[in-house]
This record gives sequence, structure tokens and C-alpha cells, in this order.
Amino acid sequence: MPTVSIGPYDFAPRDRVENFHGNQLVHLLWEKHLMFASPITVPLPPPMPFAAVIAELLPALYGQHPDFAAIDWSTVEWELDGAAFTPDRGQTLAAQGIGHKSMLRFRTPGLNGLAGAAF
Amino acid sequence: MKSTTKTDRPGKMSLKERYSHLTRGLDWEPSYQDRKKIFPFTDFEGIKIHDWDAFEDPFRLTMDAYWKYQAEKERKLYAVIDSFAQNNGQMNISDARYVNALKIFLTAVTPLEYHAHRAYTHVGRHFEGVGPRVACQLQAIDELRHAQTQIHTISHYNKYFDGLHDPWHMYNHVWYLSVPKSFFEDAVTAGPFEFLTAISFSFEYVLTSLLFVPFMSGAAYNGDMATVTFGFSAQSDESRHMTLGLEIIKFMLEQDEANVPIVQKWIDKWFWRGYRLLSIVAMMMDYMLPKKIMSWKEAWEMYFEEGGGALFKDLSRYGIRLPKYHEVAIAEKDHYSHQAWSAFYQYSHAAAFHTWLPSEAESAWFAEKYPESFNRLYKPRYDHWAKEAAEGKRFYNNGLPQLCQVCQIPTFFTEPGDPTKIMTRTVEHGGSKYHCCSDGCRDIFVGEPEKYVQAWLPVYQIFQGNCGGATVPEVLDWYHLNNSADNLDYVGSPDEAMWRDWQEQRSKTAAE
Repeated sequence: MPTVSIGPYDFAPRDRVENFHGNQLVHLLWEKHLMFASPITVPLPPPMPFAAVIAELLPALYGQHPDFAAIDWSTVEWELDGAAFTPDRGQTLAAQGIGHKSMLRFRTPGLNGLAGAAF
Repeated sequence: MKSTTKTDRPGKMSLKERYSHLTRGLDWEPSYQDRKKIFPFTDFEGIKIHDWDAFEDPFRLTMDAYWKYQAEKERKLYAVIDSFAQNNGQMNISDARYVNALKIFLTAVTPLEYHAHRAYTHVGRHFEGVGPRVACQLQAIDELRHAQTQIHTISHYNKYFDGLHDPWHMYNHVWYLSVPKSFFEDAVTAGPFEFLTAISFSFEYVLTSLLFVPFMSGAAYNGDMATVTFGFSAQSDESRHMTLGLEIIKFMLEQDEANVPIVQKWIDKWFWRGYRLLSIVAMMMDYMLPKKIMSWKEAWEMYFEEGGGALFKDLSRYGIRLPKYHEVAIAEKDHYSHQAWSAFYQYSHAAAFHTWLPSEAESAWFAEKYPESFNRLYKPRYDHWAKEAAEGKRFYNNGLPQLCQVCQIPTFFTEPGDPTKIMTRTVEHGGSKYHCCSDGCRDIFVGEPEKYVQAWLPVYQIFQGNCGGATVPEVLDWYHLNNSADNLDYVGSPDEAMWRDWQEQRSKTAAE
């Protein structure tokens, strides 16, 4: 629906990808690990290989959780923008459809947070 | 000059006559200007008004009486504020943790009072009818008075406690203060009728009891007489504001049946926006008052489910129903404050107030007030974090949170039916994705996407390089926060050290 206004109302979105100096935003969410209160937003270069997400980015963000070290990455289930997703570690983010403000959720079977509280 | 004798004077006017002369009597019909040019904002929202004189102000307050009442209240208020300062009232509060609730209130709400002053001045100029115009003008002055009296409280507490030294700068810069700021800017950039539905009705009539009653009783329970006195002084103003909220809604609904769906859409939107804003109040009530009054859940049941239920039953004769997603708010009441506190706990390094873990006694209180959720879901968090803190590893989140495109709160709320799953809702618009915290915020986005694509989301702004730099210390500098004084855990803070020192001196003096 159009915005109710006193005149023409058309403004550019404030979070256009060109405003991020070559990066794009990606939202990450580790399911059943509510120690991290909400999805985490990170600016990433689109040519970044997915291998770097697993090797560098996720440990820096989620390494404090006792479950993290126990993750078997071959069993992790991924979801990109609401659809099941199989990442290719050798490919870049851009090449496998991880775009600006994409939402990447992941589940770690067998690791469902602490104290049976999904924490 | 002919002197007037007593007998020449006309008899004293009745209240009704005075009101009529001092409001309606001051209005005039334009003769050489087009009415549309004088009141350019009354039509575009689609609200149809046939008879502006049908708006009745039940208070019948006129400017002369207003000044008299307010001056009397001011005299009393400033006497108490002075005495609080002279008697070191800050030493009589229940615990220094309490001041952190006050820090949020004074950095979030006080600027809102000032912006409400500006907004009511604006609509007080632009309503075509003199009745609502006068009511808005009086409220505009109230709001300025509330901002001023709260600034005196800021000034006093700022002499002793951290985080209150630059509230106006913080309001315009700090990430979580974008929540109240964007809420209010959304309202004030709407037309005059939506503005009154947003602030006078949805916030001040439907939800205000959840902000003011618990907060002012909380202040009283916790020995903060400066805030209590302000609360009492504002109370009679607030009841006038509530009446304006209800009257304007009834006025719109009675004027034209075509107004009903427009008003309902605004009620749905502003109920949800106000409710999301209150998540911060929920955590203040439950976690930040050392002496508790009632739980968020109890307050929600009393003031919304019962009080609001009766109100909407009354409005049903106009065809108005309960706001959309009120049932989600009911489903969230067992989790709301706990999820908010967990989020602020882990982002305390970037906030101008302290957080801490609940004590054993508090956990017992939570278990009693939240039997469905606390021991099962939230106590294990605090136990784990306490263990980590004892080992010198106090938990802070290393990433920045995703923020809701509409309410700007981190998307930390869980699905209404599953408190272990974070809820996010994504909308595509203009070839881009927008993320919201809930169905309520998503619907608001979809209602006016062009408005919300402009949102100044603090996390995105940091990543665009607009907030002083890419590191936390640089951003804190840009926020005007003093790193390791204003922020981080209460344990180990300068506030805590000062409070302990006061208590030690006091017990020494008592022993002598």
C-alpha cells in the first residue's frame, strides 16, 4: 500500500548495498542457541569463499558457546532465505546466492543448546 | 474616565460560558484566505469531519485556569526537588542498581516528552476545530513542563551516577535509543489524526498505565522521591491527556462511518508499536527495580487484558475490535522481560547503563511469578553466565544484532508457540529484503514500505561507517559514552564502588 502523504513520496532505501563500501550484509542465526539473543548481522565481501565463513567468521562470533567446538560441520543443516541450502565451501558467497541482507540459519543436529533450554 | 462601580459589572460567567468564550469565541471564519490553505493537513489522511464543534472537551479547561493550576503544582514540585537535593535523597534509594532503570527512563522518555511538546504544538496549530486545537495546545505546554522537571532529576542524579551526562546527544545517536526515537518520529511524520491515535489514544490511553503506574510505584518502593514527586505532579496532566485520546477517537468514529477502518488500522499499528516499545519497560519492572512491585505479566493482565478489554468492549459499538495481534502479546507475557534482559545483558558493553545477573531471592521471585517459563528456560541462562563470570569470562556478544526494520529492537523475540525459536519475518520490497521481529511489525512495514525503507538502523549505520568507526570504542566515543564507566556489568562499575562507599560511611556514622 502506498504511504499516506501530503505529496509524492519516494525515497531511496537507506541500506542500499552500495552504501556498504564493497560489502554486503548477511544475517546469521544458530538455531537452538539462545545465548546469542538474536541473529547476528555482519558485513561481508561478496567474493568471500564460504570456507572462510566456517573457518574464521563463525568461530569469532559463536566460539564462546560450549557446543561450538563439538560441531561436526558435515552434518550441519543450512537454510538460506527460508529454503534448504547446501553451501559449497570452495565457492564465493555471491556465486551461491548469498546476497545483500540474506538470512542464513543453521542447525547443528545433536547440539541443541545448554540445559535443555535451547540456550 | 468613568469608574466602574460594582453594580455595573456583568455577573460572573458560568464555567461553560467562560470555556465557550475562551475557546470557541477566539476562533474566526477566514474572509480572504482559503480555509484549505490555512489547514492543509486535515484532509489527506482520509478522515471525514462534518462538524468540528461536536468535539467536546470534558475538562473545559481554559488558559487562565491552566496557568493557575500549573503554577501551584510547580511550586510544590520544586520545593520537593530542592529538599531531595539538600538532603542527599540519592543516598536513600533502595540500591544503586535502581538508578539504571532511571537512566533508561531519563534518556529515552525525557527527550520524548520534549518531542511531544513540539508535536502537540504542531497539531494544536493544524486542527481545523478549535476544541481539539486548544486541548492540544495545553498538552503541548504540559509536555514541555514534564521534560523540564525530568531534566532537574537528570541534573541531580548526574552529579553522582554515570551515564546521564549527555542525554540529548545520546537520544540522537545511541543504538537502543533509536527505539523510542523512531517510534515517535513515525508518529510525528504522520498526519494530525494518526498522530493523536498513536500518542494520545494508543500510547497515553491504552498503554500508559503500563509505563507510569509501575514506574512511579517502582520509584516510590525504591525510595526515589524525586521521581515520585514528578509522577504525582504529572498525574493530573496525564488524565487530561488520556481524555483527549479517548475523545478524539470517539469524535472520529462518530463523525463518519468511513473513518472506522482507517482508525482501526491505526489502532492495530500503534498498539503493536507501543507494545514493542514496552518490552524495555517490561525488563525495567522485572529486573531493574531492586524492590519489586508487580511482574510485567501481572501488569499486562491487569492493565491490558482487563482494563483494555473493557475499553475495546465499549468501542465495539462503533465497529472497533481489539487490536490485531493482542493475542501474541498475551502469548509473549511469560517471556517478554526475560528475553529483553538477556539481550541487554550481552550488549552491555555498548549501553549507557549497567546490567547484572539476578540474585537468588530475585530468581525465587521470578520462579513464583513466571512458573511456566522461568526455571525451565531462563534460570539456566543465568546459572551458566554466573559460572562464566566467576571464572572471569563475563559474557558479551561479539557480533552486532539484527534489528527489526520497523521497531528497531534486535530481533530477539521467539515464536509465540515456541520459546526456543527466534522469530523473524522477511518481506521483499523493491527487489530488496527487509527483516522484522514479528507479524505485527511486518504488517506495519507492508502498510507503508516507502516510509520504513528509510529507517536509520543503528547497526547498518555502523557498517556504513557513519558512527565514528568500526570498533566498539570508536562507536562509544561517537555515542559520547565513557567506556568502562557508563557501560558494562554493574559488578565492578564506578557506580557500585561509590554506592558501597556510601553504605560503609553510613554504617560507620551509625556505629559512632
